[in-house]
Amino acid sequence: MHYYNEDDLGRFGDIAKHKPELFEKFLAWYQACQEEGALSKREKALIGLAVAVTVQCPYCIDAYTNSCLENGSNMEQMTEAMHLASAIRGGASLIHGIQSHNAHDKVSM
Amino acid sequence: MQTLIQIERDGKPAIPTASIGFHEKLGGVALRAQTIDTLQVNVGKLCNQACKHCHVDASPKRTEIMQREVVDACLEVLRSGGITTLDLTGGAPEMIPDFRYFVTEAVKSNVKVIVRHNITVMFEDGQADLPEFFAANHVEVVSSLPYFVAAKTDAQRGTGVFDKSVEGLKRLNAVGYGIDETLRLNLVYNPVGAFLPPEQSAIEADFKRELLQRYGIVFNNLYAITNMPIARYLDWLRRTNNEEAYMRKLVSAFNPAAVDGLMCRSLISVDWRGNLYDCDFNQMLELKVESAETIFDLNLESLKTRAIVTADHCYGCTAGSGSSCGGTVV
Repeated sequence: MHYYNEDDLGRFGDIAKHKPELFEKFLAWYQACQEEGALSKREKALIGLAVAVTVQCPYCIDAYTNSCLENGSNMEQMTEAMHLASAIRGGASLIHGIQSHNAHDKVSM
Repeated sequence: MQTLIQIERDGKPAIPTASIGFHEKLGGVALRAQTIDTLQVNVGKLCNQACKHCHVDASPKRTEIMQREVVDACLEVLRSGGITTLDLTGGAPEMIPDFRYFVTEAVKSNVKVIVRHNITVMFEDGQADLPEFFAANHVEVVSSLPYFVAAKTDAQRGTGVFDKSVEGLKRLNAVGYGIDETLRLNLVYNPVGAFLPPEQSAIEADFKRELLQRYGIVFNNLYAITNMPIARYLDWLRRTNNEEAYMRKLVSAFNPAAVDGLMCRSLISVDWRGNLYDCDFNQMLELKVESAETIFDLNLESLKTRAIVTADHCYGCTAGSGSSCGGTVV
């Protein structure tokens, strides 16, 4: 028994079972976000991969890795996107260190 | 050396199966040809390369090549009219003894001649003047270059192929290919792995930008082609446990709009022995045209409306924007 099963990605639609109208709304929104607009499909796939790694979703990482490849990106470009997202995540932690500084300064002489 | 999958095939070409049969997906209606404007001739399996995805299983060790008798029969069909394009493929078509005879004679029939040229063959003995030969005969050159990064191209086509390809493309540019309006140089992208090709115009723009910036190379169009799950590529899919997922991907990306423009509906394929097929992929699967005609006794008129032999590998041509020897079809 695994908490994550590869086949579950293909069963995403089962979420509609108990609340179809909400899933339909989600799906329409999600699919509209994938369409080419001011950003190209390739740019969107790279953003998707960066976010997927950041939120550590194995389904999304699998899906967006393939999406990046199928939109012509290579591993060098994808790795840059993943580093940027991870660096922002690391920076987001580190900037909270200032709160620690502030707390320290408040109680210290 | 035999691979494990070749042993499993027991001498017969393996055909993948999909969860929904291709014929059923078409609603049980027979796919029919609409015309025949192209004679696509596969002159044999001999090649100077042995690419991992090759649907022909071509390599330097193969000995099956077309003889003069079959070449002459193809030329006779061209002379009788009705065909506007001769599309030569292989293997490396340049490696058969009658290649230059075939091209120069075909040109006399006023047909467009396309050669599927792997670029590196021009570095083989006696082939250095291929760019000049192509130019003199106004051959349209179509060349595979799966990616503009060396590691990716070499992973599929062999170590050192990318660098040789760059050098060869520069030689083609030097005689006017990709520059002179009458000398067309088209490249072919295909995925280096078990995924579908990108949107053709987007990846063409990437190739044009990168090849110009990095190497000063220019070309006309890029054809984005889907890897066909047969032969050596199917072997690879099976060895890497990717077959099921790849077939699922092809089926889920089935695009009915791609059916109209399928290349099998406007060409006839000839093998090195003169047998006829609906396409080069069927040729490799030994799925002959229903009438079992050959180049020696073909009836072009009746073949123009023939029912096309299909199987589940046909999903490879109907996924996404569709796929043909001329790139996407939608």
